[in-house]
Amino acid sequence: MSEHTAVAAVEHPAVLQHQFDDLEQQMDASTLGMWVFLLTEIMFFGGLFAAYTVYRAAYPEGFAAGSLRLDLMLGGLNTVVLIASSLTMALAVRAAQLGKRQDLVAFLSATLGLGLVFLVVKVFEYHHKYVERLIPGPNFFFDGPHAAQAHMMFCFYFAMTGMHALHMVVGVGLLTYFIAKARSGRYTAQYYWPVEVMGLYWHFVDIVWIFLFPLLYLIGHRGVH
Amino acid sequence: MSTVLTAPPVETKTNYLNESYGIKSWLLTKDHKRIALLYLAAITFFFAVGGFFAVLIRLELITPAGDLMQPETYNKAFTMHGVMMIFFFLIPAVPAVLGNFLVPMMIGARDLAFPRINLLSWYIYMVGGVFTLYAMVAGGVDTGWTFYTPYSSTYSNTQVMATAIGIFILGFSSILTGLNFIVTIHKMRAPGLTWFRLPLFIWAHYATSVIQILGTPVVAIAIVLVGLERAFRIGIFDPKLGGDPILFQHLFWFYSHPAVYIMILPSMGVISELVTCFSRKKIFGYGFVAMSSVAIAVLGFLVWGHHMFVSGQSVYAGMVFSILSYLVAIPSAIKVFNWTATLYRGSISYQTPLLYALGFIGLFTIGGLTGLFLANLAVDVHLHDTYFVVGHFHYIMVGGAIMGYLGGLHFWWPKITGRLYPEGWARLSALVLFVGFNLTFFPQFILGYLGMPRRYHAYPEEFQVLNVMSSAGASILAVGYIIPMIYLIWSMRYGKPAPANPWGATGLEWQIPSPPPSYNFEKTPVVTEEPYVYSHEEAQVV
Repeated sequence: MSEHTAVAAVEHPAVLQHQFDDLEQQMDASTLGMWVFLLTEIMFFGGLFAAYTVYRAAYPEGFAAGSLRLDLMLGGLNTVVLIASSLTMALAVRAAQLGKRQDLVAFLSATLGLGLVFLVVKVFEYHHKYVERLIPGPNFFFDGPHAAQAHMMFCFYFAMTGMHALHMVVGVGLLTYFIAKARSGRYTAQYYWPVEVMGLYWHFVDIVWIFLFPLLYLIGHRGVH
Repeated sequence: MSTVLTAPPVETKTNYLNESYGIKSWLLTKDHKRIALLYLAAITFFFAVGGFFAVLIRLELITPAGDLMQPETYNKAFTMHGVMMIFFFLIPAVPAVLGNFLVPMMIGARDLAFPRINLLSWYIYMVGGVFTLYAMVAGGVDTGWTFYTPYSSTYSNTQVMATAIGIFILGFSSILTGLNFIVTIHKMRAPGLTWFRLPLFIWAHYATSVIQILGTPVVAIAIVLVGLERAFRIGIFDPKLGGDPILFQHLFWFYSHPAVYIMILPSMGVISELVTCFSRKKIFGYGFVAMSSVAIAVLGFLVWGHHMFVSGQSVYAGMVFSILSYLVAIPSAIKVFNWTATLYRGSISYQTPLLYALGFIGLFTIGGLTGLFLANLAVDVHLHDTYFVVGHFHYIMVGGAIMGYLGGLHFWWPKITGRLYPEGWARLSALVLFVGFNLTFFPQFILGYLGMPRRYHAYPEEFQVLNVMSSAGASILAVGYIIPMIYLIWSMRYGKPAPANPWGATGLEWQIPSPPPSYNFEKTPVVTEEPYVYSHEEAQVV
């Protein structure tokens, strides 16, 4: 039985957790942990996407009619906002790797700002839907031939974008925490990867939106040629 | 065996149990071994609650008339029995107790990869339990553990929401445990412990974890949709509003069929360890046993439609699901044959854990073979929703999963507590359990074949003899559960102190003192050979 010494534990006593031999193992474990978590997220949203597919196939006209009532401008704006936030997130990871604390704080703050913009726009959209009586339930009113089917479409609109927005809120919370930690100098060029792991989550939430946007906003025939 | 007992140095007399005292040191612990014991206490409590409802059911069914309970009360009784036993006992039983305790030890690690998340998962489990218990005392729930829509989403006036929230929350504890195991097994194996040197217990838990992380989120979203439907009448599962109730069954069984394998696979891992240790032989066909766990996990995701043969699914889908369901029999049979081949010409000693293992092999075989009846489209039309189904899944879950759990609990009890349990009592109770179990559930196959439907509180008089047999068996079964509860608790204080390796077993967990120190291994072990080397000249543990 040969000894397997944990050399790194001596060098980084503050961040190395006791169950790991060295920082590299800790980094690998955290990264894999996030990927596995994102797998469960894919399955979670996957259930919704599967249900969406079933009803979209069953009621294509109603879904198209409902889609026309969504605000393409605001949805498109939010898509751009989220893609931009993915860029700033990637730049934040880069800054963390290089150990540039001020850049890191700046890019994380930019990401946070863009995330908040997204949520504010979403609140406006939801409010419009409320005013237009497009919230599913007894008060739902849809002027058109496929009202019941459009009702189903709005169920999915709110369930899917609501779930996504909930994940955005969690992401915003995480960003706030990371900004505070980054300001106090918690992350260094050696200990950069918590930012990267959190970035994985942020990118995932963005990608979900990349799928949601066309499935919800772009399925109607708007007559644009 | 000359293997173990690397006589613990004096300073390692402190172990994970006596290192610190007080309720706080337990409730805030990040030690996987203590968390395993927290789980042990919790699941034993929920098992008792589920057992209480089983007693009510069997009491009601002694007589043909519905004289003990109102039909509504009976509906609540079997629902709560199912919810408690499946979600709060069977799914966490082996992984959260034995898996939590053993996975890091078996791979030579000091803890799981994420100890805080591990503790969090226990708290999530308890919060889910509180919600469900609240639902129980606030009036109960009567939908059956399956929550079929539109009854659950539109019509039932019972505590569906509270129960659903409880199970939704609980799901995250299962996900986090699976996530922790996967990362730990990937990243924290001791030097030299390659994938094909892993104990089969680890392979089984790896396969289980994959199901947990992929299946559980789907039932979570299904529950969310039921909740939205109940709260806002959005109509996703309501045919009156254009919804499709069958979609719920698809989403539900996409998780809940693989969930059956969450219950049985870890027990299969336990049985592999027991069979090889008590026949003093290397496991027969290691690679096949390991890969059959993976195969069961994969195939398990492709068979959910066999729950829906008679609920309006297309005939062609039914045929495909039927064939795929038959395929599951192959990896299951590989395991049973390999265990028997391991026993063949082994030096068998009939200690209690092996008695449970033998019970498992026999009962699981019956449960599996009756599953083939149900996977057959034509036969299922006759047997669907009868007591045949009830008998079948109790043979798998009680005869299989619980036998494996109890066998494993006895096998690792000396390691967990540092005490030996009384062998005579243990053998007796294993026997009582086996007899009681068969008397309870074998008559149910016949009842179901004769046409007695499940979930009714009254039945025609000609079914009484078999039902009385079943209830009598259940009372024996109860004795079989109570005896171990008593002597295991007794042994924690009065049992003989256990040596590090009372069974002369291989495996890293037996090389450290009983009970282990908090950090498990003083030095990270190095593994130089495959597991289960029981032939004596190779028994020198490296």
